Amino acid sequence: MTTERPVDADPGLDPTAARVEPVAGQALADEVSGANLSGYARLWWQGIRAGELGSLPIILGIGVIVLVFGFLDDTFLTERNFTNLLLQMCGIATIAIGVVFVLLIGEIDLSVAFVSAVGGVVMTLLLRPDDPGWPWWAAIAFALACTTAIGFVQALVITKAGVPSFVVTLAGLLIWSGVVLILTTQASSVGTIRIQDETVVGIANDFLSATAGWVVAGLVVAGYALVELQNARTRRASGLYAKPVVVMALQIVGLAAVTFAAVWYVNKDRGVPKVAVILLVFLVIWSFIASRTTFGRHVYAVGGSAEASRRAGINVDRVRIAVFMISGFMAGVGGIMLASRLRSVATNTGGGNLLLLVIASAVIGGTSLFGGVGRVVSALLGALVIASIQNGMDLLGLASGTKFVITGLVLLAAVLVDAYAKRRRAARGVL
Amino acid sequence: MATADTPLLELRGVSKAFGAVQALYRVDFEVRRGEVMALVGDNGAGKSTLIKSVVGIYPFDEGEVRYDGEHVNIHGPRDAAKLGIEVVYQDLALADNLDVVANMFLGRERTRGGLVLDESSMERSSRETLDSLSVTTLRSVRQTVAGLSGGQRQAVAVAKSVMWDSRLVILDEPTAALGVAQTRQVLDLVRRLAERDLAVVLITHNLHDVFEAADRITVLRLGQRVAQLERSQTSQQEVVHAITAGTLDHVPGMEDVGRVEA
Repeated sequence: MTTERPVDADPGLDPTAARVEPVAGQALADEVSGANLSGYARLWWQGIRAGELGSLPIILGIGVIVLVFGFLDDTFLTERNFTNLLLQMCGIATIAIGVVFVLLIGEIDLSVAFVSAVGGVVMTLLLRPDDPGWPWWAAIAFALACTTAIGFVQALVITKAGVPSFVVTLAGLLIWSGVVLILTTQASSVGTIRIQDETVVGIANDFLSATAGWVVAGLVVAGYALVELQNARTRRASGLYAKPVVVMALQIVGLAAVTFAAVWYVNKDRGVPKVAVILLVFLVIWSFIASRTTFGRHVYAVGGSAEASRRAGINVDRVRIAVFMISGFMAGVGGIMLASRLRSVATNTGGGNLLLLVIASAVIGGTSLFGGVGRVVSALLGALVIASIQNGMDLLGLASGTKFVITGLVLLAAVLVDAYAKRRRAARGVL
Repeated sequence: MATADTPLLELRGVSKAFGAVQALYRVDFEVRRGEVMALVGDNGAGKSTLIKSVVGIYPFDEGEVRYDGEHVNIHGPRDAAKLGIEVVYQDLALADNLDVVANMFLGRERTRGGLVLDESSMERSSRETLDSLSVTTLRSVRQTVAGLSGGQRQAVAVAKSVMWDSRLVILDEPTAALGVAQTRQVLDLVRRLAERDLAVVLITHNLHDVFEAADRITVLRLGQRVAQLERSQTSQQEVVHAITAGTLDHVPGMEDVGRVEA
C-alpha cells in the first residue's frame, strides 16, 4: 500500500558518515526549541493559536458527533453501524479527493456529483449482458476515461476562454445531469438499470476476511512508520532538523491504535469493506503526489499565487487542466463505488445532496476555499464527519428538511472556522 | 571576444513603442560584472519597460542587445534565465503559502529519479545560499513566506535569484516598501551580489539607495537616456536635475524639430 513512498537510497548520505554540520550563523530558533517533546508541544500550540489548525477542528468534531449520536441513539456506536458508516463514506470521500485538488488551486468544481453519475451510468450501460456485455474492467476503464475527458473539456473552457470555473462547472452540472437523464431513460422505461456483474457489485458490497483486514492494518502502520523513519534518517544525515524521536513514536503508536481498533471493530461485524481499501490506495497515491512530487508542489504554488508560479516558469494552465482531470477521474471512481453500492443506477443518480456532501467534506476536512492550503487526507476526515452526521440523523429518523438544515449548519461552521483561521494566520502573518 | 572590460549586458539604441506611446527611444544601457548599475527615473520614464524588454516579455522594436560581448535574441523569461539573467520583481513573486525552501526552488525543484522532491538537498542548498549572503534573520527556512517581514521576503527573493549560476540580477524597487533597518539589510545584500562578481541592475526611485549601493547611475527620462554618471563623481543634485530636467534628444510629438532643450 505504501510502496509508492520514496525510499532514500542516496549512498552519500550514510548516517554513520561524518555529520554535515548545520550551516553556521543561522538563527533557527524554532528548530532549537522544537528538539524535545515539551518544546515540540509548545510550538504546536503556538501554531494552533496562530490559525494553523491542521486536523484539530475535525478531531474535535468527530468527538462531538460520537458523544451526541452515541447518547441519542443506541445503535449508532455498534460495529454493524460503524461498518455501514464506512460504506456510506467511501463514495463521498473518493469524489472529495478530486475536489480537494480543485480547491487547492483556488478553483471550484460544481459538476463532480453528476460527472460521477455519468461514470456510474456509462459503466452500467456497458455492462448490460449482451448489450454490449463488456467485461467489468473494460467498462470501468471506459467510464473513467469519459469522466476524465469531461474534466479535460471543462478545464479547456476555463483556461483557454478565461471563464471562471464556478460558471463553467455550473453549466457542467446542468449538462451532465441532463446526460444522465437521457442515458437512463433511453435505456430503461422505468429509469433504473441494475448491475449484474458480480465483480462490480462486489466493489462496495464485499468484505475482506478478518486475517486480510489485519494484514492491511499492519501494512498501513508499517508503511507509515517506514516513511517517517526514512525521512528522519535522511534529514539527520544531512544535518537538518528532524522531528524528535518521542513525537515520531507517539504518532506511529497513535496511528497503530486507531487503525487496529477500527479493524478489530469491523471484524466483529462483516470485516473491512473492499471499497475502503480502494479508497485507502487512492488516498495514499494522491497524498504522495500532492506532497512529494513536483506536480504537487506546483498545485500548491498555483493556489498560493498564480502570478508567482507563472514567473517561476510553471505552466499554470497545464496544472489547472491536470487538476480538473483529476477531479473528473476521482468523480468517476466515486460514481462507480456509489453505483456498485446500490447495485444499480437510476434517473436520480448523482442528484440530491451528493454535491453538497462532497464539497462539504473537502472543506470540513480543512481544505481552504481560498486556495493553496489543505491536504488530501482532509477528504477522508471530512467525509467521515459528513457521513456520521447523515448516518446519525437517519438513525434518529429526522425529516429530510431537518437533515438539510443541520448539514447546512455544519458546513457553515466549517467555513467559519476556515475564515477565522485564515484571519488569525493573516494577523500573525502566517498563511 | 569578451574582455574584462566588456559590459556583461549592453543595449545599443533600443526602442519600444506601445501604439502611439514611445516608451523607449534609442536607449543605450550597459552594466559590467561586479558593479551595481542604478537605473533611475521618474514614473513613466521607461524603467520597467526596459527591464521587461531585456527579459523578452516585450520585444524591442529596434536596437541591439549584446550579452557577454555577443549579439543575442531573448524571446522570453526562459531565454533570459538560460543566459543567467534573473529579475527580482517589485511585488516579489513569492507564493505566500509555501515555505522559504519551496519558494527558492519554485519551478526548478530538485528531484530524485525525476519524480520525488529531494527536500533535504533543497533545504541544504537554500540554507547555504542564504548563509553565503549573510541572511541571518530567518527563524526557519521551513516557515511560510507569508510569515516573513518585508525585508526577509526581499532577501528570500534576492537569494532565489542568485541560486542559479546567474550572472546578471535585476532588482525592481527592492526597498520600496521597507523600513530603515530593512532597507539597510537589502542594500547590503545588493552590495554582496556585486562582490560576488555578478552584474547588478538596481531600479529605484530612492536616491538614498542609489548613493548607498550603486557604482554607476543611468538616468531615464521620458523613455530616453539623459545621463550616465559615476557615483563617485556626481551629486544628488545632479541626479535629481537629470531625472526632472535632463536633456532630451527627441521630444515626443516633435520629431522634426530635432534637438530641443526641455
